Amino acid sequence: MAHIAYFDHAATTPMHPEAVRTFTAQLAVVGNPSSLHGAGRRARRTVEEAREQLASALGARPSEVVLTSGGTEADNLAIKGLYWSRRDAEQRRTTILASPAEHHAVLDSVEWLEAHEGASVVWLPVDAYGRTHAEDLRAALTEHGESAALVSVMWANNEIGTVNPIPELAAVAAEFGVPMHSDAVQALGQVPVDFAESGLAAMTVTGHKVGGPYGAGALLLQRAYAPVPLLHGGGQERQVRSGTLDTPAVAAFATAVHHAVGRREEYAREVTELRDTLVDAVRSAVPDAVLNGDPDPAGRLPANAHFSFPGCEGDSLLLLLDSRGIECSTGSACTAGVAQPSHVLLAAGSTPELARGTLRFSLGHTSTKADVAALADAIGPVVERARSAGLS
Amino acid sequence: MTAVNSHQREAAGRAAAPAPSAPGEPEGAPRRTLRVLAAMSGGVDSAVAAARAAEAGHDVTGVHLALSENPKSFRTGARGCCTVEDSHDARRAADVIGIPFYVWDLAERFREDVVEDFVAEYEAGRTPNPCLRCNEKIKFAALLDKALALGFDAVCTGHYATVTELPDGTRELHRASDAAKDQSYVLGVLDDRQLAHAMFPLGDTLTTKEEIRAEAERRGLAVAEKPDSHDICFIADGDTRGFLERRLGRAEGAILDESGEQLGTHEGAYGFTVGQRKGLRLGHPAPDGKPRYVLDISPVENTVTVGPVEALDVTALRAIRPRWCGAPPAAPGTYTAQLRAHGGETRVRAEVVEGELRIEFAEPVRGVAPGQAVVLYDGTRVVGSATIAATDRSTAAAG
Repeated sequence: MAHIAYFDHAATTPMHPEAVRTFTAQLAVVGNPSSLHGAGRRARRTVEEAREQLASALGARPSEVVLTSGGTEADNLAIKGLYWSRRDAEQRRTTILASPAEHHAVLDSVEWLEAHEGASVVWLPVDAYGRTHAEDLRAALTEHGESAALVSVMWANNEIGTVNPIPELAAVAAEFGVPMHSDAVQALGQVPVDFAESGLAAMTVTGHKVGGPYGAGALLLQRAYAPVPLLHGGGQERQVRSGTLDTPAVAAFATAVHHAVGRREEYAREVTELRDTLVDAVRSAVPDAVLNGDPDPAGRLPANAHFSFPGCEGDSLLLLLDSRGIECSTGSACTAGVAQPSHVLLAAGSTPELARGTLRFSLGHTSTKADVAALADAIGPVVERARSAGLS
Repeated sequence: MTAVNSHQREAAGRAAAPAPSAPGEPEGAPRRTLRVLAAMSGGVDSAVAAARAAEAGHDVTGVHLALSENPKSFRTGARGCCTVEDSHDARRAADVIGIPFYVWDLAERFREDVVEDFVAEYEAGRTPNPCLRCNEKIKFAALLDKALALGFDAVCTGHYATVTELPDGTRELHRASDAAKDQSYVLGVLDDRQLAHAMFPLGDTLTTKEEIRAEAERRGLAVAEKPDSHDICFIADGDTRGFLERRLGRAEGAILDESGEQLGTHEGAYGFTVGQRKGLRLGHPAPDGKPRYVLDISPVENTVTVGPVEALDVTALRAIRPRWCGAPPAAPGTYTAQLRAHGGETRVRAEVVEGELRIEFAEPVRGVAPGQAVVLYDGTRVVGSATIAATDRSTAAAG
């Protein structure tokens, strides 16, 4: 195949060359950061410098960075750990307030607590773009504030790219004295993300969406909170998370975040332009395509375009584009096994039919005009053919 | 139409020899590359079939059908994410072959067209074969139609059957080269159009199942050692009667002898099949001391009639909803018929009367149940199939 156009950077994006250099250099070095001898001290220094680099890029103190194996673990630790610690401190605090448009790492953690740990869940209202508004959170906390354990609302939606007003929401949660968590995995590197300024109690980030390696992420956590651990053992991370730290991955993760945050403004400008070209191309080839999420660039991730194609099955579109060298997704990677309507679009009030025929095009730091041109050529005929195959 | 089967065998003892190459192409020229959708169940046969199609130069895409809505399988884990071993196995095989792979959710169509039909047929006192139904309505209808609409030329499966093409482009379905593995019976429902887009790369295999497994292993397919599946796929525990009881509820009724005298009770007539001997639980032997068999099921009266084995002898049958592969028999003629997936063939005289297939057996046959499919063969060629509606028993009246 001549040209592969990769439009799935929200699933994972190529590593930054400098992160690869950091990673490979560290692979050759021995040392457990918990060891006391010279090799251990060297590894510890690498890890702590990475932690400081992460903290500085994310507007946090180094002691607020709890390193994890990635976004899923950080989300689980925040939701379950904070729920358990809040309930242990005050028995009545068993209500979780969360957006129904969350990533499954949050959604399923919340539902698991509901099924197994006596949690009751208040799903916060979202608008037609999947956004949660401060007044709705305020209303929910006015009603449930006395029993609230925590609030969780993602910074930016992984499917349709809608950005939530996190500092505003966190301020409301703070008024009620309820800790708020936000999954900022998709937002990082695309919109300004500053932990201290956000007012959040906890925030999830991960490396492989911003040019770092897989398997390295962090939960940023205010010092005041001590979530009950998911992983017990050596207590390496503030007694909140155990497990030998992956020094090469942690170092490369920090390198990638440093670059992504440092280049964010310039990157956002470039990728917005490319994304807008893509949206125009899709709309002119398929006039009835529906752009999901916020059409206002201020409320949307700059690298995200998400469409519904009426009368088409998402997996038909995916197959046809894949066979033409265009790689994208029907939604989040976890729903990609079997065609099911996107829970995000359903929460935002879409019809099941429109929620089935969706494609997400997510751009990234290696995206080019040639990629967009290839999609512009293919999308018209592909939609026409998928439409003839209909909805099964 | 170019032949889809890239593994045409050299015909031996066959009514019509296959075309050596596609019409209009020089002898020995490579066949046109087809876009092939390979249905991959996760088993060894469909994996080797897909690998052979790819090796023959076709542009192959693998697809696993998510057919089950039952709670232990695919769609349930919170959202249907790769929870079932079979789809994982199929995906692994596709990755090794190096072809794209997708999972298509046809569970709703499968439930409507296969599972509900299966239940309704049993409820009506008949004995359906859901595999034929699935080939007719799912693999070579729902799946094929979607494949064609998406630009594919053919659907490839791991069935053991052979497709040949005559010089005029007509395609014929034949038994597999190895009669012991032949699965043409379950494909007997395919019509001309369905056959035109079918590809069975295993059909010309004159090798044992062990050799297919060896081929899978040679190709690096991890499914090589996977056991064969035999049961009805949507009844995972193999307990058909339990499945029907959950669907239809218990309905106690009488077990009668041929004179109408009650011999016992049953918990649901649907739990019986004509020819069945076990599970009657009559408690006392027949006057002649011989075993008794199910002769008839009357769903309306909810009765099961039993009698001696001789009463099962069938001399003729009438079958409805015929589906022809090629032209229907123009005049009464001599054929062979197969009545069960793993049954032998028997010589018959067949004719079409008022759109129904009428068959007379040269020798009486036993265990013929309404609802079963009869597949008619001319030599190795599949002529067509029909659903058995009624049987004539020569000895029943006399016995």
